Amino acid sequence: MRRFRRSMSVAAVAASASLVLAGCGGGGGSEQNAPKKAVSQSAIDKAMNTPTTLTFWSWVPNLENEVKLFEKQYPKIKVNLENVGSGADEYRKLRTVLKAGKGAPDVTQIEYQYLSSFVLGDNLVDLAPYGASKIKSQYQSWIWSQVSRNGAVYGIPQDTGPMGLLYRTDLLKKAGIKPPTTWDEFAQASKAYHQKNPSSYLTDLPGNDPGQFVGFLWQAGVRPFSYDGKKTVSIKLDSPEVTKVSDYWTKLIKSGSVATDPDFNDQWYQSLARGKYASWLTAAWGPVFLQGTAKNTSGLWHATSLPQYSGQPVASGNWGGSTDAVLKGTKHEIAAAQLALWINTNEKSAMQLATKQFLFPPSKNVLQNSAWLDQKSAFYGGQQVNKEFAQINQTVNKNFDWLPFQDYVYSAFNETVGKAIAGHGDLTAAVKTWQDKLVSYAKQQGFTVQ
Amino acid sequence: MAQSVAAAGTATPASKARRPGGGKSVKRRQVVAGYCFIAPFFVLFLAMIMLPLFYSGYLSLFRTQLVGGTVFAGIQNYVDAIHDDAFLEGVWRMAKFLFIQVPIMLVLALLFALVLDSGRLHLQRFVRLSIFVPYAVPSVVGALMWGYLYGPDFGPFAQAARGVGLSAPPFLSQGWALGSIMNIVTWEFVGYNMIIMYAALRSVPTELYEAARVDGAGEIRIAWSVKIPSIRSAILLTVIFSVIGSFQLFNEPNLLKNLAPNVIDVSYTPNIYAYNLAFVNQQINYAAAIAFLLGFVIMVVSYVVQLTAQRKEGRS
Repeated sequence: MRRFRRSMSVAAVAASASLVLAGCGGGGGSEQNAPKKAVSQSAIDKAMNTPTTLTFWSWVPNLENEVKLFEKQYPKIKVNLENVGSGADEYRKLRTVLKAGKGAPDVTQIEYQYLSSFVLGDNLVDLAPYGASKIKSQYQSWIWSQVSRNGAVYGIPQDTGPMGLLYRTDLLKKAGIKPPTTWDEFAQASKAYHQKNPSSYLTDLPGNDPGQFVGFLWQAGVRPFSYDGKKTVSIKLDSPEVTKVSDYWTKLIKSGSVATDPDFNDQWYQSLARGKYASWLTAAWGPVFLQGTAKNTSGLWHATSLPQYSGQPVASGNWGGSTDAVLKGTKHEIAAAQLALWINTNEKSAMQLATKQFLFPPSKNVLQNSAWLDQKSAFYGGQQVNKEFAQINQTVNKNFDWLPFQDYVYSAFNETVGKAIAGHGDLTAAVKTWQDKLVSYAKQQGFTVQ
Repeated sequence: MAQSVAAAGTATPASKARRPGGGKSVKRRQVVAGYCFIAPFFVLFLAMIMLPLFYSGYLSLFRTQLVGGTVFAGIQNYVDAIHDDAFLEGVWRMAKFLFIQVPIMLVLALLFALVLDSGRLHLQRFVRLSIFVPYAVPSVVGALMWGYLYGPDFGPFAQAARGVGLSAPPFLSQGWALGSIMNIVTWEFVGYNMIIMYAALRSVPTELYEAARVDGAGEIRIAWSVKIPSIRSAILLTVIFSVIGSFQLFNEPNLLKNLAPNVIDVSYTPNIYAYNLAFVNQQINYAAAIAFLLGFVIMVVSYVVQLTAQRKEGRS
C-alpha cells in the first residue's frame, strides 16, 4: 500500500509537472534585422513555380475560400489551413512549437497586440524584402505602425476593429431614450433606462475584457504602453486621461446602472439575445457576433459612433484585429511571404474577406470600394453599417503601441481592474495596482522600465 | 484470495526440491518473463512520467527572463514560492476543500454502499448505476452542465427562486464559489468511491454477520461494528485518492472560470496557478517549482493521513 501511495504522489507531482513542461517562454535577446535588399521578382516567380506545401494557422472562419483563390493563382503551391484555436489558445501552441523547434507553421495569424511578443523572441521573418514595403501606402499610419518597426515589417494587416456603439432601436424607443452621443448623455441614459427596466441595463461592462477597456483608453487619447523593439518599455497608466476614464466607469458602476457580467460566455450571449443589455460598446466585428448569437433580434439594431467627450474632437479607439505573419524556421520564406501578402492584399481576396467573413478591412482599396461601403445590412434594419464604421475608422486616434508580454498585461488586468469592476469597487485604485504589477513583472523579466 | 497466494508461495520450495536440475533456470525464466511483462509499462512510466519529472526539477533550478536568457537560480524559485501569497492562498483553499468536501463525499459513498449491501433496496442495479453515472460523464461535460445550472439569469435554480419571489442564489460569487465547486466534485466522484467500498463489502464473509446477529446486533450495529471495520483498507484507499485529487483540483474551476472570471482567478488552485505561470506569464521555471512544492505538500498530507490510519489500526 505504501509503495502504491508513493507512486501516486509521484504521479501527482509529475502530472502537474508535465503540465508545466509543455510550456515555454520566448527566446533570449532579440536582434533586429537590418533592412535587407529586396528579393528580386525573378526569385519570387521561381519560388512560386516550385511545388511547395505551406502550413497556415488561422482561426478566421471559412478562410479556405480565400486559400482556394490563392491556390488557383499559384497551382504549384499547396496550403494546409489549420485552425488550432483562437487567440490565446493559438499563441500557447505557437510558443510551444517555437520552443520545441519543430511543428511550427509557415504562416500564422497573430493579433496586433501580440506581434511584439513574437518580435521579442525573434520568431518573425521581416517581410519588407518580399514586397511588404510596397503596400505601406494602403494603410492608415496607425495600422502600419503596429506591424512595422525600424523599417522591418512583421505582419500583413488583415482586419481591424474600430469601436462604435451598437444599440437596440426598439428597446431605447420603448424606454423613451435618445441614443446618447456623449459620455455624459450615456451615463444619464443608463440611469434612466435602468430605472424604467429594473431587470435590464443600457450596457454591460465586463470584468474580463481588457481589450474593450483599453479601447476606451485609446479613444480618450491615452498611450499607456510602448516598446522600443529591444529592451526598454514604458508603462504609463497614471495620466489624467486614464483617471478620467476609470473615474467615469467607477461612478457609473457604483450607481448600479450598468451590468458587470463577464462577456463572451453562454450567459452573456443569452443576455444579448433576450434584451438584458440594450447596447454594446464594441468594435466593427461586433455585428458578426450578434448575427450568430442574437439571430432573433435581427432588424432591431443600429450602429453609431462611440459616445464622445464633450469639447473634444471626434475620436474612437480600436479593439482587436489580426495580421498574418511568417515564422522564422520556415523552409519556404518567399512562398510563405507571398501567401501572407496575397490573402490580405489581392483585391478579390480582400473584398471577399470583408463581404463574406465580415472582417473590417484595413486597406484603403476596400475601404473606398463602393460595393462594400453601400452594403445594406438586414440585421441593422437596412443600415449601411460598413459606411458607418468606415467613417468611424477615420477617427481612430493615431498610433498605439503594446507591450511585448501582452498575455500578462491582460491577465493582470483581470486580476486588478477586472476584479474591481465585478466587485463594484474603485477602478482608479485598481488601475494603479495594475500598473505596479506590470512594472514589477517587466523589471523581473529584465526590461528597463521608463 | 490473499490466502491462496500465500499457499502458493509456501508450496514452491517443496516442489523445487523435487524438480530435477531445471529448478534454477525455470525460476530465472519466470523472473525474466515477469520483467518482460512489466517492461512496456515501465518504459512508458520512465518516458512519460520520470523523465518529464526530472526535466521539470532541472528547470525549476533556473530562471528564464524574456530579456536576458536563462540563468542558474538554485533554490531561489522555491524560496519565492514559499513566500508567494497567491500560492499559499491556493494551498489553503485546497486544504479547506479537503476538510469539507472529502468527508462529506466519503460519508455519502459509505452510506450508499452500506444501503446497497444491506439488500433491503429494490432495483439494486438501477440505483447502483444511477449513482455511478456521474463518474462516467466526462468532467468537462459535467462542469459545463453545472455551470449552466448555476447561471444567475437563465439557470433553473435562479428561475425557480425568482418564481417564488426570492433572488437568485449567488452560486458563483466570491463566498459560494468554492462550495459550488465542491458540489460538482462530490456529484462526480461519490459513485466511484461507492463502487470501491461496495466491492470491498461484497467480499466480507457473511459468517461474520450471522455471528453478529446471533449476538443480537441490529442492522445498524452490524454496519458500524462489523462492515465498516472490515473494509477499512478500501476506505483508506478512497481517502488517499481523494486527498491527492483535492489538492490537484484543476478541471472544474478551470471550466467554470469563463462564468466567474473575477472569482476564479489565476491562482485559485495551485495547479491553475502553475498552468497560468507557465502559459500566460511564461515563467516556466517558477511554475516548475510551484508544481514540485505542491507535490511535496500532497506527499506530506498523504503521509500524515496514512500515519493516522495506522495508529488507529494499531490501537484497535
